[in-house]
Amino acid sequence: MNAQFPAKLEESIRTVMARYPHKAAALLPVLHLVQKELGAISPESEERVAELLGLKPVRVREVVTFYSMFLRRPAGRYHLQVCVNLSCALLGVRSLLAHCQEALGLRPGETTPDGMFTLSTVECLGACEEAPCLLVNEERYGRVDREKLAALLDDLKKRHGR
Amino acid sequence: MADRILTADFESDSLRTLDGYLARGGYAAAAKALRDMTPARITAEVKDAGIRGRGGAGFPAGMKWGFVPQTGDEPRYLCLNADEGEPGTFKDRIILSRNPHAVIEGAIIASYAAGIHAAYVYIRGEYEAEARRLEEAIREAYDRGYLGPSVLGTGFGLDVFVHRGAGSYICGEETALLESLEGKRGWPRLKPPFPAVKGLFGCPTVINNVETLAAIPFIILRGAAEFRKNGLPTDPGTRIFCVSGHVRRPGIYELPLGVPLREIIDRWAGGLSEGRVLKAVIPGGMSAPVLTADEIDVAMDFDSVARAGSMLGSAAIMVIDEATPILSVLGIVVRFFAHESCGQCTPCRLGTAWMEKMVIRMERGEGKPADLDELIRLASNIKGRTLCPLGDAAALPVLSLVRKFRPELERSVGGGRGPRG
Repeated sequence: MNAQFPAKLEESIRTVMARYPHKAAALLPVLHLVQKELGAISPESEERVAELLGLKPVRVREVVTFYSMFLRRPAGRYHLQVCVNLSCALLGVRSLLAHCQEALGLRPGETTPDGMFTLSTVECLGACEEAPCLLVNEERYGRVDREKLAALLDDLKKRHGR
Repeated sequence: MADRILTADFESDSLRTLDGYLARGGYAAAAKALRDMTPARITAEVKDAGIRGRGGAGFPAGMKWGFVPQTGDEPRYLCLNADEGEPGTFKDRIILSRNPHAVIEGAIIASYAAGIHAAYVYIRGEYEAEARRLEEAIREAYDRGYLGPSVLGTGFGLDVFVHRGAGSYICGEETALLESLEGKRGWPRLKPPFPAVKGLFGCPTVINNVETLAAIPFIILRGAAEFRKNGLPTDPGTRIFCVSGHVRRPGIYELPLGVPLREIIDRWAGGLSEGRVLKAVIPGGMSAPVLTADEIDVAMDFDSVARAGSMLGSAAIMVIDEATPILSVLGIVVRFFAHESCGQCTPCRLGTAWMEKMVIRMERGEGKPADLDELIRLASNIKGRTLCPLGDAAALPVLSLVRKFRPELERSVGGGRGPRG
């Protein structure tokens, strides 16, 4: 018996499970719920999810590590994900990425020591008509240029009095 | 655009609401189908319309429905493929956010035709806002009796659930999608058995793309003949072309199938951006072989683009100007497929990784012209040797880039020692 998740999370998990004839099918949506609530999917969370869905923990681990959106360590408060695929690259995303790296002192994959920012590169976000584009957490920003990016980063920093 | 069927009124914010959709004649097709037509009649109408799958493979949608066995007690399922991961493609995202009820209505008709009572929308994880909007539309439809135990009071029951992916290109491939929906890694299945016979949870399953389903209400309401007034006999109807890259007006353009590629770029997307000259076009998403500036007088339908040595795929057109180094395009292509190979088949897992390593070395100026032959050899050894189409998708663009732009690549790979010293 593993430690339970907070009651509200356990309840949302059971609601999602009811949508499928086999509870194992709820694995992806359940992992989304866990990550949204707890920031990442820890080994302990994997064990609890496995228990709830009647799976071996290794089955949960292989899914967590297969899909790029699942995080095993929490990202920063603001997770910047910059699309580096073709349509964005054609419209100058490389220089925007360089600007992010410089302004935040991060390379892709890294998090600031204060846990405020994580910088990642991602493949096509499906918003090529607004290229170049990036995500801040779940919000998409399109037609980003250097001025817009600088203003966005300033705004995010100001929100936390930096 | 002369004949906008699917995207008519897309600019209006009210279209996305149930009332806005109803005000434009929404759900009349579902009412007609469920009240006045037999499932067999509906499938026949969709077959007559000849609509080919808009996800990329181009398989006739009506035939897919017809393959689902109607005997036996096991449940049957509909999967709406909203995984839209093909780089350059964004039409399904826009359809789902501007006109979600057309997709729901298409799903109702497809389900009734194939004897299905449960549908899952597999939407890519990054489309979080779109997934929320779709959930709202589904809730509205339930509240007003367009979904649930008795759709439109006919006694036909249908439940629709939204299922988010989590960042994996391969899950757009239909059997990988099924695996993912069952809570597993997205590893494609060997076919046969085909999903129509043995799909989700081992049961008969129809998998249709969002754009395909959104076109179904028109076919049912106005008839196959009306649908065929646009497009070609071999590829009827309109399609939503996604245009991005170095054009003045990137965006979606709904146009009849068979429209010339040059016309889409020059007339609809406004031509190349200020001061830019065309170098190359990818006509059907990143998996499609590249066309040079001299090759864009091609009709945009499945068969014509195939005859021109490329593919229509997801109808995503990426326009590349003369100042763009082809080596940088090649670098993006090989990185993408190396990242997205699921790892199941050795030729793809190792081949994409090797291609990536070789191109990175070229980018550092440490390649040599003979490496280009090695790239062709690697790509040729992936092609046709994998369970799913990702192998070909990784190989074909590389082959086309190297073969069509060889002199430029020879100049840019550097004069280093190369892989074998």
